[in-house]
Amino acid sequence: MSERIYVFKRFERFWHWSQAALIIFLMLTAFDIHGTYTIFGFEKAVAYHTIAAWTLIGLWVFAIFWHFTTGEWKQYIPTTEKVVAMMNYYLFGIFKNAPHPFRLTTLRKHNPLQRLAYLFILVCVGPLLWVTGGLYLFYDKWEALGLSGLSLEWVATGHVIGAFMMLAFLIAHVYLTTAGHTPMAHIKAMITGWEEVD
Amino acid sequence: MRTAITRAALLLFCAGLLAATGPALAEEAKPEPKAVKLTTTADHSKFKQLQKAFASGPEVTKACLECHTEAAGQIHRTKHWKWEYLNPATNQKLGKKNVLNNYCISIAANQAACTNCHVGYGWKDNNFDFTKEENVDCLVCHDTTGNYRKVPGSGGQAFGKDTEFPPGSGKIVKGIDLAKISQKVGKTSRDTCGGCHFNGGGGDGVKHGDLDSSMATPEKELDVHMDAVGLDFTCATCHKTSSHDVAGSRYAPTAKDDKGVQTRGKPGSGNPATCVACHGNGPHKKEARLNNHATKIACQTCHIPTFARGGIPTKMEWDWSTSGKVDANGKQFVKRDEKKRIIYESRKGDFKLGENVVPEYAWFNGHVEYTLLTDKIEKGPQRTPINKLGGSAADGKSMIWPMKVFRGTQPYDPVNKTLVTPHTTGPDGYWNTLVWDKAIEEGMKDSGQPFSGKVDFVNTVMSWPITHMVAPKNKALGCADCHSKQSRLAGITGIYIPVRDNNTLVDTLGWSIVLLTLLGVLGHGALRIVTGRKH
Repeated sequence: MSERIYVFKRFERFWHWSQAALIIFLMLTAFDIHGTYTIFGFEKAVAYHTIAAWTLIGLWVFAIFWHFTTGEWKQYIPTTEKVVAMMNYYLFGIFKNAPHPFRLTTLRKHNPLQRLAYLFILVCVGPLLWVTGGLYLFYDKWEALGLSGLSLEWVATGHVIGAFMMLAFLIAHVYLTTAGHTPMAHIKAMITGWEEVD
Repeated sequence: MRTAITRAALLLFCAGLLAATGPALAEEAKPEPKAVKLTTTADHSKFKQLQKAFASGPEVTKACLECHTEAAGQIHRTKHWKWEYLNPATNQKLGKKNVLNNYCISIAANQAACTNCHVGYGWKDNNFDFTKEENVDCLVCHDTTGNYRKVPGSGGQAFGKDTEFPPGSGKIVKGIDLAKISQKVGKTSRDTCGGCHFNGGGGDGVKHGDLDSSMATPEKELDVHMDAVGLDFTCATCHKTSSHDVAGSRYAPTAKDDKGVQTRGKPGSGNPATCVACHGNGPHKKEARLNNHATKIACQTCHIPTFARGGIPTKMEWDWSTSGKVDANGKQFVKRDEKKRIIYESRKGDFKLGENVVPEYAWFNGHVEYTLLTDKIEKGPQRTPINKLGGSAADGKSMIWPMKVFRGTQPYDPVNKTLVTPHTTGPDGYWNTLVWDKAIEEGMKDSGQPFSGKVDFVNTVMSWPITHMVAPKNKALGCADCHSKQSRLAGITGIYIPVRDNNTLVDTLGWSIVLLTLLGVLGHGALRIVTGRKH
């Protein structure tokens, strides 16, 4: 017997999908700039990458506001509870049709591993990308800002490291969307807002 | 009757209308020609002093000086006259009189030929009188007719009447109408400056790479400023001259100009020939990021994508050591490439030519040190620099500049370990005799330097900062010309250039992690399918 609960509100879904599109586009242009391949070419890729970055910042302003006004930020508070169980599930249980150790509610819509992963992205990868990206963007203002001691090489390399981490996350994240109740359950939930739970 | 009056009135009305509109229409169709604005207040053809036959150049100069009383004195103070320059930064005595290069090498004992490009008459040897006012050649710069000629090998003389030259040779050099030329004098032009500067190194485009006869009437693509049907700059538009002293120097160039636009009355203005002197330090209006680039990169680097773009090749290499070969008849010969351009001459050796040449790039702070005849050199694996350019990423005075790097192999004295100045021109010069030691002995004697009698060849290199042939902005370099693995700035050290300097370790690790993640999820997914999980 399953029931449906409303986990992802309208703004949240809009935020998620537009953020997903922006991040994928940022990735696409990032590795174009990086010289991995040529789709737009360095010059255009830089311009698009910059526009996408500013758009994402704009989106984040709203998202942060939303998280704090709705209290949804609490969803990212880490917990050690059931972390081992979750890992066991992904490593073994999932292959044996074992029950999912985590039952989501509207107040706890991320499983403990998700919480940790998102928090890691939120406090490590994200800031790394934003700080290095911002510095990169305002390279010509470093002297005026008293940052002339900074090394462009370090900033650039940091940005690239952040990009690789984000790409790895993206792959794992997309894959794990299929690890729900049914392979499409999580994706459907992110589209409609409603998740079926056992 | 009534109708007749009406008709007459109508006719009159129409006639009036025509009268009113007619002339206006005619005016629109045929605008009144604008009065031609003369750029001078003097018509030299009206001057009595110039209405006579002149037999020689100095006679013309004497006539010029009757009115322009101080002109010769001004010329006498310039590099164009003295061929001498004391570099205050290095204390090196430079100028054509003292430096040598890896093209035709030096003027020593070759003055009679080389001074065809001297702004004077009669510099045949070291006895030339540099104080004589009438020795100044006004016409070579101020001719507007294109008919002025200095006779090769004569020490830069101009003959007003048919003259046997060389004396006793039986060859008659036709005289030119010096009166007519002098009556039409005017401002300098691309043609007059180009007469020498397009032909540096002894031929069209040979030396500079960014100056050749294609710049006499260039299209916009070739030079956005000199574009003959556009901005139509002359050389002097940038090389703003005062008191006959032409701005801009190759011996002490302005590598970095942070003084901004040179407005009138601004004190302490520097070199008026720099890009910045007109464009300022932040000329990119749309892309501020480019102004930041312009703090480290000379304008020329991006805006002169290649040199020798006008269809005239420039010499890129010259190997003197292969000269001296003769054909089966013992005669000198030349070899040409498929485009009929000379690539070997018995008297000069092998050449490599280049067109649309991508410059080499270097940090440059304007400091140039020459290897002079008095300097000891070592023959080694490294080419001996004819000129050493100062500059680094760290000195705060350097910019990344495009260079024509000219590589040569030239004679030197392996015992005294110095470069040498061979006598090449004239009947007893190397170009005629193909005998090195005699030629070098004579040249070194003229230079006042010792010569051991031994001749060897040494590889040399000389850098020429590129600054002409500025392309339209849509032809400037793009980001990826430098921000790529095949960066044009591959040889530039001391700065981090994104993409060129991507950290390979980070890339390897990054892609490994991405690949492992991908393999991990694919394996996990496959296992899920295999183990037959229903949902």
